[in-house]
Amino acid sequence: MSRKLLEVEDLHVWFDLPHHRELHAVQGVSFGVGDGERLGLVGESGCGKTTTILALMGLLPPTATVAGRVLLDGEDVLARGERTVAPHRWKSVAMVFQGAMNAFNPVRRIGDQLVEPMELHGVAEGATAEARAAELLERVGISSTRLHNYPHEFSGGMRQRAAIAMALACGPRLLLADEPTTALDVMVQAQILELLVSLADDLGLALILVTHDLPVVAQTCTAAAVMYAGEIVETGPMDALYHDPRHPYTRLLFAATPDLESRDAVISIPGTPPRLDRQVIGCPFRPRCDVAFDRCTAERPALGRVGDRHDAACHAAEQVAV
Amino acid sequence: MNTNGHDAASPLLEVEGLVVRYPIHRAIVETVVRRPKQHVHAVSGVSFDVSRGEMVALVGESGCGKTTTAQALLQLVRPDAGTVRFDGIDVTALGPRELRRLRRRMQIIYQDPYESLDPRFRVEATVAEALVVHREGTREERRRRVVEALELAGLSPPELYLDRYPHELSGGQRQRVAIAASLALGPDLLVADEPVSMLDVSVRAGILALLDELRDRGLAVLMITHDLSTAARFADRICVMYLGRIVEEGPAAQVIENARHPYTKALLSVVPRRDPRRRVEPQILRGETPNPISVPSGCRFHPRCPVAVDECSTVDPELRPPAGVGAGHRAACLLAGD
Repeated sequence: MSRKLLEVEDLHVWFDLPHHRELHAVQGVSFGVGDGERLGLVGESGCGKTTTILALMGLLPPTATVAGRVLLDGEDVLARGERTVAPHRWKSVAMVFQGAMNAFNPVRRIGDQLVEPMELHGVAEGATAEARAAELLERVGISSTRLHNYPHEFSGGMRQRAAIAMALACGPRLLLADEPTTALDVMVQAQILELLVSLADDLGLALILVTHDLPVVAQTCTAAAVMYAGEIVETGPMDALYHDPRHPYTRLLFAATPDLESRDAVISIPGTPPRLDRQVIGCPFRPRCDVAFDRCTAERPALGRVGDRHDAACHAAEQVAV
Repeated sequence: MNTNGHDAASPLLEVEGLVVRYPIHRAIVETVVRRPKQHVHAVSGVSFDVSRGEMVALVGESGCGKTTTAQALLQLVRPDAGTVRFDGIDVTALGPRELRRLRRRMQIIYQDPYESLDPRFRVEATVAEALVVHREGTREERRRRVVEALELAGLSPPELYLDRYPHELSGGQRQRVAIAASLALGPDLLVADEPVSMLDVSVRAGILALLDELRDRGLAVLMITHDLSTAARFADRICVMYLGRIVEEGPAAQVIENARHPYTKALLSVVPRRDPRRRVEPQILRGETPNPISVPSGCRFHPRCPVAVDECSTVDPELRPPAGVGAGHRAACLLAGD
């Protein structure tokens, strides 16, 4: 099997809590993404999606313990902690955050802030770096005459574009976007998503889009992984997830999302996710599930193949599996 | 229910020609050189009404004036022009004392249940606060009404919640407490400003269903939202706002399926659909909403409009029923009839 650009294998993250307790935020997550592919990482708050991608970047706080393998072009970047991950950060893997307002230093010009990572990582310097900054800004749809502007002179949408330009500064092959459009209006959201898709298509950039917004993923990504309580409960091509969901959580999440063209009843999912500072016994979704049976209480389902590139972690799904 | 002799058949809330401007502070030098005073034209002539048992959604992007409109209805900001009639009474003409009496009948809930609840108050105190402020009932009566309100807001059994603090509740439960607090006084109108945008997807539907149920019980609900999908599914009527004006309004299904204003059409085309196979050619408007200090001449949408003609830069179109639409559907576009 050919290797993908990024392959995450059995990733775990624990956070230290007071009184020698631990929170098992990410519980054995595996996924991969190849050049030019667009993967959605979907789930509700607290499901571990942001922790997962921060682990890929080596950006978790010191209270976190990470286990598992993160292979970038076959090299395990987690093997020796900071020493192996630092050379890749921003250079091979870059990230765009939700609050584009906080991505920039308010008292420095946009242009200088685009040049800085290039000089820091030895990608380019001086006039070359400045020319590249201008190019990057144009690439994300901002006139290069605005290099001399300060962040406050940009609107929210422009700041998010500039943040994407900054992430591209060192020529990464993988872009992690954490809720990149959540704070933006729907028209600006459409502009940013269009930009992300074009970057993947034109530059062959691999994209991981982290969001709670299923319709955004449905229209932007080709495949997605649905996370619940620290694990991936279903993953597969976007089309299969919507038209043939095999995990009840995926099905209910779609049913909880209103759609412009659907008159279906919008349902809520009763209950709350389990606490991750305790051992979860059985299926973590069982208390909220509408098809749970005896086996779900006792045995935690593992992710199993249910279709073409389509996996689900559900005892009920196994019964109908191919 | 208090009707004050007002015709029960006419809408509970009638807003007409509402205008709200915020002055921009001039620096002292600008004042000395008599630079003209500038204003942010947040709301520039908005009219609509909401009946009992009806949910109206005010939809638009940030800065379109939807929240200012809501605040002006409750006189939380004073409008510069226009009237707001509540049950036949013009609330813009009321003094503080009469306004206070009326306020118990019009309540608002906010976007962020993490900020709108006082972290030091237990649920009982939060829900009872409005009753205390309005000197309603004895301690026992207040407790009974708190319990009723919690039950109505879907927090049952209420006894389980009375002594809890906000930090012990989930986001959805907090929003229910906020709704219970607004229901305690038995209002006739509930204004919900982005009631679910801070909540997780799995609990949103529960809150929206609750608003739906309150509407069925005869409450008038005005929902402020940026989410067209939510408005489409839950509201009876939709008013689309752009730069301080309503540009299109009508029954929800009609506005969604037969939009006539180019702004509404563009907005609908960029709303992501759940079904990955359902691709709509997005009609992405370039640039961003102009700033409301210098509003464009003529139709305020014309600089970004994909179909604008010369006339659009000079004529400010009125909201009127275009040809071939159902009752109550109006659009403010010169070309809407074509």
